Amino acid sequence: MNFVIQVAYFAAALLFILGLRQMSSPATARRGILWAGVGMLAAVLVTFFAPDVRGVGNYLLMFLGIGLGGGLAWWFGRRVAMTDMPQMIALYNGMGGGAAAAIAAVELVRGAPMSSATQVLAAVGALIGAVAFAGSLVAFAKLQRLLKSSLRFPRQRETNLAVLAFAALLGLLVAFTSGGHSGGMLFLFLAAAFVFGVLMALPIGGADMPVVISLFNALTGLAVGLEGFVLGNPAMMIAGIVVGAAGTLLTQLMAKAMNRPLGNVLFAQFGGDDATVAAEG
Amino acid sequence: MIEGFVALYIFMLAAIAGYEVISKVPVILHTPLMSGSNFVHGIVLVGAMVALGQAQTGLEQLVGFVGVVLAAGNVVGGFVVTERMLDMFKASGRGDRR
Repeated sequence: MNFVIQVAYFAAALLFILGLRQMSSPATARRGILWAGVGMLAAVLVTFFAPDVRGVGNYLLMFLGIGLGGGLAWWFGRRVAMTDMPQMIALYNGMGGGAAAAIAAVELVRGAPMSSATQVLAAVGALIGAVAFAGSLVAFAKLQRLLKSSLRFPRQRETNLAVLAFAALLGLLVAFTSGGHSGGMLFLFLAAAFVFGVLMALPIGGADMPVVISLFNALTGLAVGLEGFVLGNPAMMIAGIVVGAAGTLLTQLMAKAMNRPLGNVLFAQFGGDDATVAAEG
Repeated sequence: MIEGFVALYIFMLAAIAGYEVISKVPVILHTPLMSGSNFVHGIVLVGAMVALGQAQTGLEQLVGFVGVVLAAGNVVGGFVVTERMLDMFKASGRGDRR
């Protein structure tokens, strides 16, 4: 069975890359998503038989979770108006980031045996995943008009950097505490990363959102790839890193298509620059 | 377990592959491709399933369960949304040819 699982993961990684390649050309785009879908189906199906997955209760939770998350996503994805697509991408992307953070949390709380380098990777992946989760939720809320104003305050860039540094410090503490965690420090770390994600996305205006969603998409990919390294799962590693790199390039291309340098989108509206703030207001 | 330099090689090659594979994408496909790559990182579901499968305490099960729910949303939602977008694409393409 182990061999079958490895073959399925290999096929999935290959199909993802070929699928993305076809998705970048109009004539073959539809075939591309189908190929990627077949790869995904194969990878998920064999994972039910993975040797390290055990426990009847866990299997029950797994089916319940997939049914719940998948069912709701399917229902909303079918119903949503075509013009509201960008925020749906943001929402689903954020869920992926949150899942990556959750994987790291389980592995670290469980005290899974891993080298300290792997523990750092797990913490970095959790940080990036939680930031992408929070940022994507803010992007979703803004495009969905649940959140109308753009929060701006003096010294915003410095404040954000301080929050990020605090989160990174907590992450290092978590990574270098060997053995299982009670959870307290870990969840404080994830909360700090979440706050940074919110702060990062809040000041960005609606028109720039697609570029930012693409950036969070790349970040989620990177987080997934890192958690793939932690779990030793090659399909996750390759798919995650490929999306991380492709998403980064796509973010640059989108910013260029809008005639806005990426730095402008992300930082132009942070504190100090009163001219921009006045012009926006 | 894949460790050390092998992991680095995989990282490097996958990053180059990702960069090259979409380097010639036309502007009109930017959003669908973003959605498609969003679906591809839904592979996180596989990891979430493994993490939940190994959970022992209630806390681990709870976090693992949340992870599986979120990841399943990423996969299914990502696929449905991309499919719908590209479907529209096909329809308009056919219209042009007529």
